[in-house]
Amino acid sequence: MSTLDALQIAVRAIIANRLRSLLTLLGLVIGVSSVIALIAVGQGTQKGVSDQIRGLGTDLIFIEPSAEATTQQGGGASPITTTLTRADADAIAANGNPAISAVTSHITGEAQAIAGVNNVGAESVFTSSNYAEVRDLEVATGSFIAPGHDRAGSLVAVLGIRVAETLFPNVDPIGQEVRLSFLAGRVVFAFTVIGVLHEVGGAADADDQVFVPITGMANRFRFLYTPTGDLRVTQIDVQASPGADTEQLKQQISELLLFRHNRTDPDFTIESQDDLLEAASEVANTLSILLGVIGGISLLVGGIGVMNIMLVSVTERTREIGIRRAVGATAGDIVNQFVTEALALSVLGGMIGIVIGVVASLLVDGQTLGDQEVTTVIQAWSIAAAFGVSAGVGLISGIYPAWRATVVDPIAALRNE
Amino acid sequence: MIRLDAVRKTFKTGETEINALDGVSLQIERGEFVAIMGQSGSGKSTMMNIIGLLDRPDEGAYLLSGQNVAGLSEHARARLRGTAFGFVFQSYSLLPRMSALEQVELPLIYQGVRDRRRRAAEALVRVGLADRIGHRPTQLSGGEQQRVAIARSLVVDPLVVLADEPTGALDTATGHEVMTLLSDLVDQHGMTIILVTHEPEVAAFAHRMVRMRDGQIIEDTGASKAADALNGEAST
Repeated sequence: MSTLDALQIAVRAIIANRLRSLLTLLGLVIGVSSVIALIAVGQGTQKGVSDQIRGLGTDLIFIEPSAEATTQQGGGASPITTTLTRADADAIAANGNPAISAVTSHITGEAQAIAGVNNVGAESVFTSSNYAEVRDLEVATGSFIAPGHDRAGSLVAVLGIRVAETLFPNVDPIGQEVRLSFLAGRVVFAFTVIGVLHEVGGAADADDQVFVPITGMANRFRFLYTPTGDLRVTQIDVQASPGADTEQLKQQISELLLFRHNRTDPDFTIESQDDLLEAASEVANTLSILLGVIGGISLLVGGIGVMNIMLVSVTERTREIGIRRAVGATAGDIVNQFVTEALALSVLGGMIGIVIGVVASLLVDGQTLGDQEVTTVIQAWSIAAAFGVSAGVGLISGIYPAWRATVVDPIAALRNE
Repeated sequence: MIRLDAVRKTFKTGETEINALDGVSLQIERGEFVAIMGQSGSGKSTMMNIIGLLDRPDEGAYLLSGQNVAGLSEHARARLRGTAFGFVFQSYSLLPRMSALEQVELPLIYQGVRDRRRRAAEALVRVGLADRIGHRPTQLSGGEQQRVAIARSLVVDPLVVLADEPTGALDTATGHEVMTLLSDLVDQHGMTIILVTHEPEVAAFAHRMVRMRDGQIIEDTGASKAADALNGEAST
């Protein structure tokens, strides 16, 4: 029997049992398409997280007070609990280390931004002029905080794009007044808007932030100072020079801060962008694997469906098998017939599944789910794997029922009406 | 052409053993039209299955055109079955949803014959179904379905056509037509036919009658006297 004949017989049998074939296909289609789509979502998440971290700037090292340090300091007179100070940042910068290209520091605090009748909750970032450069932020209109503002302690503000759009839906925000209300409305200051940032996109913070010179705030919030007169900061960002050894730099910064804080164990954490990327991609990878496994399970269920259908088919077609045996079909011919049928079903299901999986991935890409934007990256390997597994499952699902078919006694089969 | 020598076949159902064939010897030559008669359980169907290579004997020899085929592998028996025998069953044994032409083509597919469409059409013409080529089993009468089955058995140019109760599902008139068709194949085309039936009127079409009981041949109108005597001895 030629392959073409076997294929013809298989196609006939598939068409003859239209509904059953369709339901079997459905299992495989769902399996294959979910593998492709779920892996695309997983990979997309991974890419999204990486992009977001890279979007913070390049070659950054983040220094933050450790959790332990903030608890110990809590409950004091100051609502700001941090062991880091602007003097620490200045000391890191003053070191003259060629591996460092820029250092900036900031304090963040919750604030309500108000302009006329519009108001929006925004994170206020008290920082200095070099923050934009280190964090890779660009202004869409106006300008960022200038060194002159730092020195003068001016009450100027740069708005994230979403803050600007909410507060000034119809007017150019530049030169307008925006009031920031801190500490649940107990303190309100008025600022002049000098710039609006470009959209950063994704779930990036900068779009929802308001940036003001830290010097201007320090003059007004005395609690920003430590008892010894240093200005507290919640984060120090160090930009490494291109090609610098960030691990070595982390070590140097750590030693300097330990010395300055007069401690043997650190009361701060130092993380490079690579550390964050690694941690985040680990999480995203786990998610990817999890989603892939879910897809794999549905593919397995689909495969079992094919096996089930083929088994039923063998039982139902005992008489057909008997007739074919009587007219000269060998056991091999019968195996060939059932395996071809199972393969044809699973290859067809696999192909439809690929189309649906790819289309679904493309449709979902860029959609927002809740407040998260879903990104999908279709992986060629996931398509190949899903198709391969479905074809393999089809082959295996065909072999056992086919073997069952060969042990059918042709005489008994012919008596079977 | 067909020679069975002391063939035994035993079936086990639970604890009991049934001697379906209890030392049967039979010789059938080319061009014969043999009816095998007997009640159900007499072993006639078992013998036909063994002759048609659907089953194999437990003991004894089976020579087909001089070749001992009792020990052939399953694969070889299937191949030989497809070329040497044509089967006609009581229940027509047609596949659903296939046209008459496709039914007749079926044996040729397994033999890898190229010219199968033409040969299948010729076989259908031979059984008088030239105008039913595209019809499916559900569109054919019982007699027509049995003719399709006969065409299917003829299409491989078999050594022997094995017909197991070919009229069992047909009314008398249609049964008569089918038997006439089988007779013509023997008389006009020199075909060899072995017919299994329990109806004397159907058996009457054959030229030789083999009667069976309890797995043994008790009467053979065409066998040599020596074989007759042997079988007679065994049955008493």
